[in-house]
Amino acid sequence: MSALRELYQEVILDHNKSPRNFRRMDDADRKIEGYNPLCGDHYTLYLKLEGDVITDISFEGAGCAISKASTSVMSAALKGKTKAEAEALFEKFHNLVTGETGGMNELESLGKLAAFSGVSEFPARVKCATLAWHTMRAALESQEKSVSTE
Amino acid sequence: MSQVREHTMDVRPHGAGVFDVARIREDFPILKHWVNGKPLVYLDNAATSQKPQVVIDAMNHYYLEENSNIHRGVHFLSDKATQSYEQARTDIQQWMNASSTKEIIFTRGTTESINLVASSYGRTHVRPGDVVVISAMEHHSNIVPWQMLCEEKDATLRVIPMDDNGDLLIDEYRKLLDERVKIVSLTHVSNALGTVNPIKEMIAMAHTYGIPVLIDGAQAIPHLRVNVRDLDCDFYAFSGHKMFGPTGVGILFGKANLLDAMPPYQGGGDMIKSVTFEKTIYNDLPNKFEAGTPNIAGGVGLGATIGYLRSIDMESLAAYEHALLEYAEEVLSGIRGLRIIGNGRQRAGVVSFVLENVHPHDIGTILDDDGIAIRTGHHCAQPVMQRFGIPATARASFALYNTKEEVDLLAAGIHKAIGVFS
Repeated sequence: MSALRELYQEVILDHNKSPRNFRRMDDADRKIEGYNPLCGDHYTLYLKLEGDVITDISFEGAGCAISKASTSVMSAALKGKTKAEAEALFEKFHNLVTGETGGMNELESLGKLAAFSGVSEFPARVKCATLAWHTMRAALESQEKSVSTE
Repeated sequence: MSQVREHTMDVRPHGAGVFDVARIREDFPILKHWVNGKPLVYLDNAATSQKPQVVIDAMNHYYLEENSNIHRGVHFLSDKATQSYEQARTDIQQWMNASSTKEIIFTRGTTESINLVASSYGRTHVRPGDVVVISAMEHHSNIVPWQMLCEEKDATLRVIPMDDNGDLLIDEYRKLLDERVKIVSLTHVSNALGTVNPIKEMIAMAHTYGIPVLIDGAQAIPHLRVNVRDLDCDFYAFSGHKMFGPTGVGILFGKANLLDAMPPYQGGGDMIKSVTFEKTIYNDLPNKFEAGTPNIAGGVGLGATIGYLRSIDMESLAAYEHALLEYAEEVLSGIRGLRIIGNGRQRAGVVSFVLENVHPHDIGTILDDDGIAIRTGHHCAQPVMQRFGIPATARASFALYNTKEEVDLLAAGIHKAIGVFS
């Protein structure tokens, strides 16, 4: 049960049950869909940008607990961040869920995102955790098409 | 949203022998394995089944004692290999009651069997404005080849709709049939819903218009006794690996007169009589459709699989499987918040379900922690998911070695998943 408890940490269960920034945004600067055909996760991500800074972020859609919580935690973490900061955070997060995290300092700098550390024990679920981030990156690069993790 | 389910499938009488599942389990070495510290509970049989020792032994024996290319050499080993491979073809022919070994084509599996027909029969018979009929519960492998054909030929794909239980609407099917329909391609048993379609009746309906019918038997063949002459199907496709045989080998049954008139599917060695740069004379059936060195070990393994299935009393097996499925449906439908998808009049092998507030993928991960293997997702049947307005299901699929105790473990695992998310 312990690997499972590591995967479904309180933060993840909480964000799955009550996702933050879970709403449509009609005046978004960027709107993009993320889709994981493996498990049918499907989200729409909305971003508001001022220059290089993400001033607002929201999402709607449905999927597994990992993907939904990941999108929710990401949305909270990225508000107020610059594009470069968002990209750097994605890299750290990616390292975390693939089990390549560089020690405690990096883990601490991730804040609530660290709750996804258990994902690395479940390689099949890495895609669930990173879908939101790939979608966010595509939105920032302003690729208008939908993003798939397949 | 639990619900009481009606069971209208005939309860078959027990055969002379009582089905001994403990003895059957002894035949499958992998079932002794432990996963995540728990005994393996393998409930993903609709994806692929496990293999009995006799099949593994037959393939080992081939590689250890007989390995050689077939239909070519005059030497001892080539002769042995050819005999084993062709004996497998004969075993399969007799087992499905085909008229002749000419009608048994070795392929890589169901997908290739369907592609062969779509490509060879389809391309020569389907013209602009013509129609291909499939059903709303097809696996992607019985959708996409026909879509590709229709696109190429500017033809139309018509889809037999189904009701909320997962039964095809036969009256709607009747309306789809006319002289423009060039082929009907239909699954015997739905991989996502478990529905057993009334294919004999549906084949007869197509035949009144002279339309040939292909049956996708991938999910039927591990559970039902298939008699192609009784069904009067024109083509029947299945895979070895879902019926306790090896991966990478499957069968296309086709009526000899249809196969004879069809052009080859692929060109190469073994499918020719003579080749010059000016002209090639194609080989006779079945070799015309078997270009290149085939999966010889797979074919031999499939032959051994047939031998294994023949050793089992099919009547007592059918009664056992029916009781097991009924038990699984009863136990699972009693779980609060669980909804079974697919309540067809007759079902085989599969219980597909969704759980309130728990995504199928999370159920799958939590069950795996207890050594229980199920499939989660769209089951390569996205239109079925769309029909029921769900992104995915969790699917437990059963085989002859599964037990009621395993169903109880599944139910306990589902309760655990509910607990995690409560």
